Amino acid sequence: MIKTVYPKGKIAAKTGNEVMAEAMRQIEPDVVAAYPITPATEIVQIFSQFVADGIVKSEYVAVESEHSAMSATIAASAAGARAMTGTSSQGLALMWEMLYIASGLRLPIVMAEVNRALSAPINIHGDQSDTMGARDSGWIQIYSENSQEAYDNMIQATKIAEKAKLPTLVTTDGFIISHCMEVVETYPDADVKAFVGEYKPERYLLDIKKPYTLGSIDLQDYYFEHRYQLAQAMKDSQNVILEVAKDFEKTFGRKYDMYEKYKLDDAELAIVVIGSTAGTAKVVVDALREKGVKAGLLKIRVYRPFPAEMIAKDLANVKAIAVMDRADSCSGTFAPVYSDVVAALYSAGFTVPKVVNYVYGLGGREINTEHITQVYDTLGKIASGKEKPFAGIEYINVRIK
Amino acid sequence: MANLKELSKNPERVTGGHRLCAGCGAGIVARQTLIAAGNTPVVLTSATGCLEVSTTVFPYTAWKTPFFHSAFENSAATCSGIETAYRSLKKQGKISDDIRFIAFGGDGGTYDIGLQSLSGAMERGHRMLYICYNNEAYMNTGIQRSGATPLGAHTTTAPAGKARQGKEQHRKNLTEIMIAHGIPYVAQAYVGNWNDYITKVQKALSVDGPSFINIFTPCRLGWNYKPEDTMPLARLAVETCVWPSYEVENGVYKINVTPKEKKPVTEFLKPQGRFKHLFKPENAHIIEAIQKEVDMKWELLQRKASAGCQA
Ligand SMILES: Cc1ncc(C[n+]2csc(CCOP(=O)(O)OP(=O)(O)O)c2C)c(N)n1
Ligand code: SF4
Ligand SMILES: [Mg+2]
Repeated sequence: MIKTVYPKGKIAAKTGNEVMAEAMRQIEPDVVAAYPITPATEIVQIFSQFVADGIVKSEYVAVESEHSAMSATIAASAAGARAMTGTSSQGLALMWEMLYIASGLRLPIVMAEVNRALSAPINIHGDQSDTMGARDSGWIQIYSENSQEAYDNMIQATKIAEKAKLPTLVTTDGFIISHCMEVVETYPDADVKAFVGEYKPERYLLDIKKPYTLGSIDLQDYYFEHRYQLAQAMKDSQNVILEVAKDFEKTFGRKYDMYEKYKLDDAELAIVVIGSTAGTAKVVVDALREKGVKAGLLKIRVYRPFPAEMIAKDLANVKAIAVMDRADSCSGTFAPVYSDVVAALYSAGFTVPKVVNYVYGLGGREINTEHITQVYDTLGKIASGKEKPFAGIEYINVRIK
Repeated sequence: MANLKELSKNPERVTGGHRLCAGCGAGIVARQTLIAAGNTPVVLTSATGCLEVSTTVFPYTAWKTPFFHSAFENSAATCSGIETAYRSLKKQGKISDDIRFIAFGGDGGTYDIGLQSLSGAMERGHRMLYICYNNEAYMNTGIQRSGATPLGAHTTTAPAGKARQGKEQHRKNLTEIMIAHGIPYVAQAYVGNWNDYITKVQKALSVDGPSFINIFTPCRLGWNYKPEDTMPLARLAVETCVWPSYEVENGVYKINVTPKEKKPVTEFLKPQGRFKHLFKPENAHIIEAIQKEVDMKWELLQRKASAGCQA
């Protein structure tokens, strides 16, 4: 028998998409505007059914594109509504222009995002290229290892977004989480609603007694200040995220942080990874620990804002680190997470760890315990000085020729 | 029919001091739209373009009513999002005011890059009025051709030169495209006839569904004419039948302004620098083609109207 963490919790088998839709039902936003795309389609399908059945008070706008989905969500939010959307891959790419407008206008939109590879070639499977491409857009980015986290993250995201006045996206790995049945504990509607609270915007367009202009043109004399404030808000949002996590733990019993340390405290070899692959890597860490290898793991949950100082401290004493990116930046150098981790270490003055970069799993390519074991093997050789840290990116499980 | 005495009591919700060019038709459209709305609360959205950039230079604004600009191609989707928020919050008793929603877009933001967003919003049936202030080119970025630019007009991306004589295509008929959406109210209007336009805005705001007005809006800079001629020039467009003033209410066509005597298109083309090259003898065939197109379209419109044609 699986026990609940929260006394009033309910255990059920659900897919990642189902729990994201379930969280949305419980949060019951005023407006959802979305457009279907695999593997996120189900989220909005399920939600539309809630609307059709009159289970939620939300209005659903079945727009004609993701560009309009984000435009309408932005507008609904600016109008004073709690507004949400969901998408994936090409859909997120089509929203690109609007992502920056959502954050620039400081609108607390929440988006359920299912990570999927970007075209071309067209591919519907999971990798994180889509949200990695949006990493500088001013959105808080929260990644999930499994359905439970996806559900919990959606609930927290609503509060985070509204407190930080920043749009926030919560992701799952396409198919691996979105379509996989897992045991998930959900909490009663009333408790989720109480946790999230009512949305009370400071000012909104439908408040016709206090008319104001939103979306003005800023010239050389104001633009920079507004962008500076946005960057500051992103920096400050780390405290908001941690506060909300504390509240969440107090209420529902599950602990969340900017990232998760798994057997990291005394680790000599560590992998830094995001999303479902952390689950696979934990199995490898356990097996290596049995053999006496001091392996550990750092799973990034919140990638934007990037918790650089904290991460640097926690990795400072590791001998060899592999940052595993499920996205390539095609920069001719390194993938995104690697660059952030190394910058974090270096700027904090830690130059001891040897850090290498792997890219894996593009377009849903398999990543299994053997691949990860090999990564730790290599780290072992680097740590002991048997091998030099390789330069550039190593690609896992790809046919080079 | 609007009554001038009554209208003069309506609040002015666009202030002066904005940065539109002297004689710009877009400012007239904005002002008359809000006068038409009277005391009804309205929330406005606008596409990127001359109207938006000239009226909202931070920290100033010319708008005394809620105004939202988000991007170039999404004024309709944006307005639809606000209207949806309104329905949601009203249903929940969180707001009580009766509010109307108006989206502005230039011809670029409407005919071209924003057409999909507009079509989607109209098809979804949001209760909103979309107003295209149509100055027949991308003026804000320096007079580039759009799908609304007429045959032969000089623009900076379809210029008149040694080998080519301005735009080589006719403009698309967006009004008819909107009529084909089967929405309750569609109209063509023009700057320079306040009564015709204000009546149309009031009708559009009264229908319980989407409505669309395409208003012919001279741009003194892009069309290259004297700033004081904005209104006479737009009237010439109607008198030559280049831009008929008509409406389609629940599918029934009605011509609102029938010229007493249909003038030749040259009277409309002549005062404008953008058509100057057409008056070279070797370009006579282009003027002929414009006249032919105008005649054909006018004939067709008259037939639709006299037959009480259902769209
Ligand atoms: C996606 C995007 N593409 C291009 C532009 C540049 N742009 C801004 S306004 C504009 C033209 C506007 O033309 P129109 O809609 O006719 O309005 P007008 O300026 O003529 O009033 C263009 C091309 C933009 N802001 N966004
Ligand atoms: S360029 Fe044309 S449309 Fe733009 S402000 Fe000047 S007159 Fe108006
Ligand atoms: Mg224009």
